[in-house]
Amino acid sequence: MLELKNINFSADGKQILKDINLTIGAGKFIAITGPNGSGKSTLAKIIMGIEKPDSGTITFDGKDITNATIDERANAGISFGFQQPVVFKGITVSDILNLASKKTLSRDDACEHLSMVGLCANDYLDREVNSSLSGGELKRIEIASVIARGTKLTIFDEPEAGIDLWSFKNLIKVFNDMRTRIDGSIVVISHQERILSIADEIVLLSDGHVEKVVPQGESLGAVLGEQASCRKL
Amino acid sequence: MEKIDLNKVESSLLMSIADIPGITPGAFSLRKNGKPVYVNTTPNINILPKKDKPGIDIYVRADTKDEDVHIPVVITESGVSDTVYNDFYIGKNADVVINAGCGIHNDGCTDTHHNGIHRFFLEEGAHVVYIEKHYGEGEGTGKRILDPVTEVTLGKGATMEMQTTQIKGVTSTIRTSEAVLGDDSSLVISEKIMTHDDQLAETHFTVNLDGKGSSCQVTSRSVATENSRQKFVSKVFGNNECFGHVECDAIIKDNGKVSSCPEVTSNCIDAMLIHEAAIGKIAGEQITKLMTLGLTAEEAEAEIINGFLK
Ligand SMILES: Nc1ncnc2c1ncn2[C@@H]1O[C@H](COP(=O)(O)OP(=O)(O)OP(=O)(O)O)[C@@H](O)[C@H]1O
Ligand SMILES: [Mg+2]
Repeated sequence: MLELKNINFSADGKQILKDINLTIGAGKFIAITGPNGSGKSTLAKIIMGIEKPDSGTITFDGKDITNATIDERANAGISFGFQQPVVFKGITVSDILNLASKKTLSRDDACEHLSMVGLCANDYLDREVNSSLSGGELKRIEIASVIARGTKLTIFDEPEAGIDLWSFKNLIKVFNDMRTRIDGSIVVISHQERILSIADEIVLLSDGHVEKVVPQGESLGAVLGEQASCRKL
Repeated sequence: MEKIDLNKVESSLLMSIADIPGITPGAFSLRKNGKPVYVNTTPNINILPKKDKPGIDIYVRADTKDEDVHIPVVITESGVSDTVYNDFYIGKNADVVINAGCGIHNDGCTDTHHNGIHRFFLEEGAHVVYIEKHYGEGEGTGKRILDPVTEVTLGKGATMEMQTTQIKGVTSTIRTSEAVLGDDSSLVISEKIMTHDDQLAETHFTVNLDGKGSSCQVTSRSVATENSRQKFVSKVFGNNECFGHVECDAIIKDNGKVSSCPEVTSNCIDAMLIHEAAIGKIAGEQITKLMTLGLTAEEAEAEIINGFLK
């Protein structure tokens, strides 16, 4: 469904992604892992169109989207949950959920989206998405907004970061629910063994290139052993 | 109650400045093209024309609760120049909402000018929410100018919330607001201004925190686009044990220019005064985030500005 071919990207004279080739099949759950600074977030931004590759092509559903803008990709069916959620002034949680789902949600529907990430709608819907929200709260709202879109391809960048243990268990359930409900592909960038263990495939990035792709069932130990930083929570 | 007919332009101006399509029940004074055209009073709220100059005196009886006062001004003739003096006397423990606002429709080539000089005297324990919207429209080259002056005197324990909004279409505005606060009184001012084209907007606030335990919170949010200019000057004097917070937040676009001149003066060791100012263009990552939700860059920008001025 998504295919990256020979993607190169550099910034500030430094080559950050090196000849990336990657295919993400329909209905697949892919985990991307690798050390800090290996290029995981950059790769996600390239897929979403936030960064443009120096060379290489991206095809989505058979269409070349290499030169498509962010919103064109979003409307074609790609969603992206930021590693560091963006804050606003005056835009509320319910505004974000409405924009994400492209309609004015009833309080009940909005509530459903928020409860999926363990937040109570009454406490949050009218709050502004600003830095008065805690890191974990912002992160959950970010995840809820991405889920609300329900697109064919969803990329989460370290969704577990800053989220407490209870919500983390829930998060795994959310991914599983998403898979059955929207029948789409999910890409999760993560350092978390629990998330890696439920993935169909684990893509290991190292220093800007794909070090290896490990199918489910194959020894994760080797991957984790080589990458001590994978254990970071 | 006399009947008054409003044409389409006038009704739509009223909608823009007060969210009402026409005259509503309750205390009401409508001024049109520089003349008073309609007044209604209630048992608790009296409105009397001034004898020596244009304007009205509004008296709200002590302990009045849950009443609204509407005093809109609409100007649809080009070239009207109108200065009006309105004084509000709010009795002890009264609690009212006052809706003021001025809408100008100028299709002509001469300037239209409106100055509302408003004075508020709040007695002990009174509470007023004052909502004022300014709006301009019309195809003419004539300017739409609004230079409001507001003076507020707060008695012991009185509280006033002042919400001023300049939506669009005002060529030039110089707003001057002065307040003197008594013991335990509090003043909350929220100002929202959007300027475009070659517009100019200036705001001058002077707040004297004279009373023990008095407090003021001034929040200004503004957006300056195209070639417009804005200036925000605030002077807060802490003359007693008091608290003052001024926050000026501005988004600039195109060639918009904003300057913020804070001045906080503490004349008392127990005064606590804070001023914050932030001016800048829309953060790129905010646009990016909304684009990932499927909005175009233009839609994202409009959404961010809407939220900011909401
Ligand atoms: N715009 C940029 N300009 C310069 N360097 C950049 C830019 N974007 C990313 N980098 C660098 O590229 C490398 C990869 O960054 P990236 O954020 O993709 O890493 P990551 O794998 O997501 O790391 P983490 O696990 O810490 O989130 C880092 O060394 C980073 O400093
Ligand atoms: Mg990252």
